[in-house]
Amino acid sequence: MITEKDKKSALLEFIDNYREKDNFESYLIAVLHRVQEVNGYVDEASMDLIAHAMGIPTARIYGVATFYHFFNLKPVGKYIISVCMGTACFVKGANAIADKIKEILNIETGETTKDGLFTLQEARCLGACGQAPVLMINNKIHGRMTPKKTADMIKKIKRNALKQKVQGQR
Amino acid sequence: MDNMIPIKVNGKEYRVKSGQTVMHALDGLGYKIPRLCYHPKLSIEGACRVCIVEIKGLKNYAASCSYPVSANMEITTNSRELRQARRDIVELILDNHPQDCHTCDRDGICELQRLAYAMGIRKRYFEGERKQYAIDTSSASVVRDPNKCVLCGRCVRLCSEIQKVNALGYAHRGFKTVVMPAFNKPFSESVCTTCGQCINVCPTAAFVEKNNTRELFEMLDDPDTVKIAQVAPSVRAAIGESFNLEPGHAMHSEIVASLKKLGFDYVFDTQFSADLTIMEEASEFLERLEGNGPLPMITSCSSAWMKYVEQFYPEFIPNISSCKSPMSMMGTLVKTYFAEKLKVKPANILSAAFMCCTAKKYEAARPELAVNGSRSVDIVLTTRELAWMIKSAGIDFLNAKGEDFDAPLGLSSGAGTIFGATGGVMEAAIRTAYFLYSGETLLDIELNELRGLKGIKESRIKIHDKEIRVAVAHGLGNSSDLLETVKKDPGRYHFIEIMGCPGGCIGGGGQPYATANSIPLDEDCLLKRAEALYGLDRKKTIRRSHDNPDIQRIYKEYLGRPLSKLSHQLLHTHYKEKTPHGIIWKGAVE
Amino acid sequence: MYKEYSIIICSGTSCQKGVPGELTEIARQVLLKHGLDQKTKISLSGCLGMCSKGPVMIINPGYTIYGKVDAGNIGKIIENHIVHKKEVTEHVIHEDHLFNRFYSIFGDMDFFGKQMRIALRNCGIIDPDDIDDYLSVRGYEALARVLTDYTPAQVIEQVKLSGLRGRGGAGFPTGIKWELTAREKEPVKYVICNADEGDPGAFMDRSAVEGDPHTIIEGMIIGGYAVGAKNGIVYIRAEYPLAIKRLERAIASARKEGLLGDNILDTQFCFDIEIRLGAGAFVCGEETALIQSIEGFRGMPRPRPPYPSVKGLFGKPTLINNVETWANIPVIILDGAEWFSSIGTEKSKGTKVFALAGSIKNTGLIEVPMGTTLREIIFDVGGGIPEGRKFKAVQTGGPSGGCLVESDLDTRIDYESLAAAGSMMGSGGMIVLDEGACMVNIARYFLEFAQNESCGKCTPCREGTKRMLEILTRITEGNGMDGDIEKLERLGRMIQKASLCGLGQSAPNPVLSTIAKFRSEYEEHVIDRKCRAAVCTRMLTYEINGKCVGCTACVKVCPTRAVSGVKMNVHVIDQSKCIKCGACYEVCKFKAISKQ
Repeated sequence: MITEKDKKSALLEFIDNYREKDNFESYLIAVLHRVQEVNGYVDEASMDLIAHAMGIPTARIYGVATFYHFFNLKPVGKYIISVCMGTACFVKGANAIADKIKEILNIETGETTKDGLFTLQEARCLGACGQAPVLMINNKIHGRMTPKKTADMIKKIKRNALKQKVQGQR
Repeated sequence: MDNMIPIKVNGKEYRVKSGQTVMHALDGLGYKIPRLCYHPKLSIEGACRVCIVEIKGLKNYAASCSYPVSANMEITTNSRELRQARRDIVELILDNHPQDCHTCDRDGICELQRLAYAMGIRKRYFEGERKQYAIDTSSASVVRDPNKCVLCGRCVRLCSEIQKVNALGYAHRGFKTVVMPAFNKPFSESVCTTCGQCINVCPTAAFVEKNNTRELFEMLDDPDTVKIAQVAPSVRAAIGESFNLEPGHAMHSEIVASLKKLGFDYVFDTQFSADLTIMEEASEFLERLEGNGPLPMITSCSSAWMKYVEQFYPEFIPNISSCKSPMSMMGTLVKTYFAEKLKVKPANILSAAFMCCTAKKYEAARPELAVNGSRSVDIVLTTRELAWMIKSAGIDFLNAKGEDFDAPLGLSSGAGTIFGATGGVMEAAIRTAYFLYSGETLLDIELNELRGLKGIKESRIKIHDKEIRVAVAHGLGNSSDLLETVKKDPGRYHFIEIMGCPGGCIGGGGQPYATANSIPLDEDCLLKRAEALYGLDRKKTIRRSHDNPDIQRIYKEYLGRPLSKLSHQLLHTHYKEKTPHGIIWKGAVE
Repeated sequence: MYKEYSIIICSGTSCQKGVPGELTEIARQVLLKHGLDQKTKISLSGCLGMCSKGPVMIINPGYTIYGKVDAGNIGKIIENHIVHKKEVTEHVIHEDHLFNRFYSIFGDMDFFGKQMRIALRNCGIIDPDDIDDYLSVRGYEALARVLTDYTPAQVIEQVKLSGLRGRGGAGFPTGIKWELTAREKEPVKYVICNADEGDPGAFMDRSAVEGDPHTIIEGMIIGGYAVGAKNGIVYIRAEYPLAIKRLERAIASARKEGLLGDNILDTQFCFDIEIRLGAGAFVCGEETALIQSIEGFRGMPRPRPPYPSVKGLFGKPTLINNVETWANIPVIILDGAEWFSSIGTEKSKGTKVFALAGSIKNTGLIEVPMGTTLREIIFDVGGGIPEGRKFKAVQTGGPSGGCLVESDLDTRIDYESLAAAGSMMGSGGMIVLDEGACMVNIARYFLEFAQNESCGKCTPCREGTKRMLEILTRITEGNGMDGDIEKLERLGRMIQKASLCGLGQSAPNPVLSTIAKFRSEYEEHVIDRKCRAAVCTRMLTYEINGKCVGCTACVKVCPTRAVSGVKMNVHVIDQSKCIKCGACYEVCKFKAISKQ
C-alpha cells in the first residue's frame, strides 16, 4: 500500500528532478500537474510541501492553483464528465445536456456527487466539433449527444457501479 | 539615458528627461493624472487603468504608470472621451463595492471615494451583482474585508516586496479574484505578522485594524477598576494628522489631557519603559559582548518582527534580546510594582496601551507575556482608534489643556523618545551602553548615521579599546536582507536593531491614514514624524536612559539592578519557533 | 522493408474519440488473422480535416478514403479491401478528396480544390511518430540549408521578404519580430512556440502539432538560429494529451538524430526544446501572460512595453510565434520567400488555416490561400449550409472577432479586409450561423466565454465584461431595459480602448459587431420582447395546437403543473405558470406544441 509518507517522498523526488535546472521555481505548474496526476486533485498538504521544497510562498502557490481551471482543488469523482462548451457544441445544444446532467445528479458545474461517483465540469472546445455536441467521460469522447442519451449513459454507469459494489461486498 | 526630449502635452510643448514613465514625466510638469493601483514604492502593476492617457499613434489608451515617455510623443490627458472612460472605469470599481461610505471605518479618508468625486460620478449606470464574501475577523490585529477590496494589489505587492512576508496573494480569477492568505485560511492561522502595513497601503477599507474602541469604552465604565493608560512615543508624533494638522506636531500633552477626560486615572509614558528597556537591553548586550550569549544581539521590541523571526528565521531566536517590549514592560510594572504601590489587586487594574501599531494587539495577547496568569496589557488601541475615541467622546483635542504624564512611570529621557524612529533604539542603547561599559558619558549623542530612511544602516562606535559594529533595518524585507548578510558573515555585527514597519514605529500599521495631499508610506511624512521625536529629544535635558531619575529610583526601590532576578522574572521573556501555513524554509527540506 | 499495403488511420481527437489505439489494434488483429501483418504498414496520421465524416481511414493501394469507420466495421472494411480487393462502397468518401501542390498523388478532389496546404502540408500524410516519414518529405532540409548556407541575418531577410505575418491573430509581421529579438545583445534568449490554442471551436494548432510535430520543431530551430537563442519552449495546453505525447516523441527522436542539442548537424549551433504545459487559462495565449505562466505565476498579462523581444521570459529577449506561424518557416526557406509571397494578397501572404464549424456541411480544418473569399470558403470548400437553411452570418476570430453578414461574403480573407469589414482574422475559428441563430444569444455566448477567461487583473475587463454580460443576459431573458444597447456600446468601446491586454481589448468585439449588423434584432429583444430565432427561451410562448391527441405526456413532464387537460382531449398551457423550460416541447411526439 502507498502511504502518505511514500507519496510525500515521491513528490519531493519529482521536485528534485528540476532542482538543477535554471529558473527552478518556474516549474511550479509542472509540479502541480504532477500532484493532480497522482492525487486526482491538488491538496493543501502537497501545496505546503511544495512551498517548503521549492521556496515559494504558499499564498502564491494557492493563487496559481486557483487561477488555472485545469487544477481541481477538491477531490473529484470516479467519473469526470466534461461537457464541451465550444462554439460548435454550444450551437448544437450543449447547454441542454449540461442542464440535464445537473438535474439528474443534483450538482452544479465543478461539483462532485455525494457518492463520489461523478464530477461535472465544463470544458473549453475539446476539438471534436465534427461530432458536436460532445461530452467526455474520463477522457473518452462521446459524440452527437442528446439529453436523453446522456441520461441513459449516466444510468448505465450508475448501474455498473452498483453491481461492482454488490460484487465487492460478496 | 538622461537626455532631455521634446514632448507635447495637450498641445503644449515641453522638454522632459527620457527614460521615465509618462506618469512621472507628467508629474514633473504639474499634471497629476488620477491613479489607484500605482504606488511609487511598489512594482508597476498597470491594472486599475485609472491613469490612462491618449498617446498619438496608439490605437488604445496607455496606462501612464507603465508607458515609457519617448521623444516627440504627443499626449492628451484630458479629452472628453478620456474623461468619460476614466469615469466609467472608476464607476465599475464602485459598482462592485459596498455603498456604505457614511458608515465606513475610513471616515472619508478613502482614495476610492476621492476618485469617485474627482471623476464626477454622481449617478450609477452599470450597477449589477456585487461580490459577497465573509469578513475575516480572526486576527487579533487586522480585519480583512474582501467586499471592499478593489483589487489594486497594493497590499499583495507590499506584503511581498517590502515586507517579504507573502501572507497575501491573489486567488481565483476574473470577477471572482480575491486577495487572501493561502487556502483562504483565517488570517490568524496564516503567516501574517500583523504589521498592519496592508491597512496603510489599502486605498479603501479592505483592511482595517481590529477595532477595540467599544470594548475600551465599556471597560472605562467599570467603576471598580483603576484605569491606567500608556502612550507610545510615535502616537504623539502622528495623532495631530487625525485632527487635520500637518505631520510633525508632537502632541503628548494634548493626549494626556484627552485620556484623563476619557476617564483614565493615570497616564503613563511608554517612553519611561523604553528607558527601562534600554537599561536591560544595554546590560544584556554587554554581557553577551563578554562572551555570555550569542552575537549579534538583535532587538526585540517590534511585535511584527518577533512573529517574523519565529516563523522565518527561528535559527536567530537565540540572538534575540530576551527583553520584553517597552509596552509589555510597562504593562508588567503597572500590574506589579504600581499595583503594590496603590495596594490594588492587579485584577482591579485596567491596563490600556495606545500604540502606533496593530501588532501590539497580537503581542498583548501572547500567553508567554502574562503576569501571574493574566494579561499585562488588557487592551491595545491604535493611534487611529484613539483619535476616534477622542472625537466620539466630544473632546476638543487641539485645545485640550496641557497635562503631564503621571509619576512614577511617566518621566522619560530623550533616549526613550527616539525609540519611535528607525535607528532610535540603537542610538538610545549606545548612549547607555557607552556609559555602562566605560563609566564615561558619550557626549556626541546624535548618531546621524543611524537616522533616516535608508533601508539598512551601519555604524561603528568606539568605546575605548572596543569597536562595536552595529546595524539597523526597518521594514521586514530589509530585515530579511540584513539577516541573510549575517548568515553569510556571522561576525559582521555585534548589535542589530530591527523594526518591522518602514520608518520604524512612526510608520506603524496603526497610524493615521494618508490624507488627501499625501500617499501611504510617504517618506516626507515619515521624516516629519521622526523629526517631531528628535525635536523632543533635543529639548530634553535628560537624554540618556540611565540619567532618568525615575529609572534610577525604580531600580533602587524595586528591581535592584538591570538583569537582576526580579528583572528577569518581570521584564524578560523568550520566543519559540512557529510554523503556520505559508512558511518557506529557506534551507534544505527534511 | 517494403510494405505492400498501407492503412492510414486518422488520429485526430474527433476521429479517435479520445481512445487512441482501439481501431489500430483491431486492424492489426484482422491483418494477423490473414497473415498480412508483415506486408502492411499501419500508421496514424494527424487530423485529416474531415471530422464530420470521421473516423476516417485511408487504405493503399487505391488511396481509398473510408469514413464513419468504427470498431464494428473496420475489420470488414479491411478484409474486403485488402483480402477480397473490393471497395466497401457505402463507407467510401467520394466528394472529399485530397489535392494540393505537395501531394498530387492523392488525385483530384473537390473538398481540397480551393485549398492549399502549406502549414498543414504533411498533416494526414505522414506518420507523425516517425521521423523518417518527415525526412522523406524533405524534412529538416530547410534547417540544413540554413545552418550551412545562411547567416542569421539572411534567414531573417528571407522571413521578412516572405511577408509572413503572425498567425495567432494580430498579424504582426514575423520577420520584424525576429529582427527585434535578434537585435538585442543578450547572451541568453528564448524562442517560444505558442500552442495554447483556446478559441472555442478552433483546433488548428492541435491538429498541426498532432499531425506534423517535426515541422514546428524545425521552424523553431531555424528561429533560434536566426535570433541567436539556444532555448526553445513549446507552451501547450494540458488538455491536448495526444499532441503533447507526439511532440515529446518528436523532440526525442530529433535529439537522437542530432537535430536538437549541441552542435546540430555538426555545426557550432546548439539548440534544444522543452515542453511546458498550460493549465486551462485562455488568457495565456496572450504573450505576456504566457510568459508569466511559464515562469510559474498566475497567467496575468503585464503592461507592454517592454515587449518580449526586449524583456521577455525570465527578463531575457524572447521570440514568440504561434504554431501555424512556425509551421510556415521551413516551407519559406525551402521554396523561397519569393514563391511564398506570390501567394495571397498584397499585405497578407501565404495561406491561413481555419476551423470550420457551425451550420455547415463540411466541418473541419481547411487551409486556403489568403485572398480567398468568405463565399468560396463557406459554399465551395465548406459545402454550404445543410438542410437548405439560409445563411445568416459567419463569425470569425472567435471571442475576439466579429460577425460578418451576407453582404460581406465577398470579403477576401486577409488581415486588413476582415478588420475593415468589422471582424478580424483571429487564430482561425470560423463559425457559420444560419437563420436559426439568435445574434444576441451568440454575442452573449462569446462574451460569457471572455468573462470566464478574464484574468481579473485590469478593471475594464474584470468588471466591465461582467456588467456587459449582465445586460446581455437580461436582454435575452426578456428583461432588457431602455438604454441597454447604448450602455453595451459605451462599455464596449471603453473596454476595447482601456483594457490591459488583447483579451480584454477584443472581448467586446462580438457584441459591438452584432449590434452594428443586427441592431434591429437587439431592439426586438428589448422593446418587443421577441426573439425571432426562437432561441431565447425565456421570451417564448409555448402553446398547444390542434395536433394534440391528449396523450398527457406533456402533463407528466411539466415541472410547474402548467399543462392541464382531459385525456384524449386537446390540452392547454397556463401561461402564468409556465416557466418556459421546454420539457413539454421536447416530449411531444405529435408536434402539437408550438413555440414562438
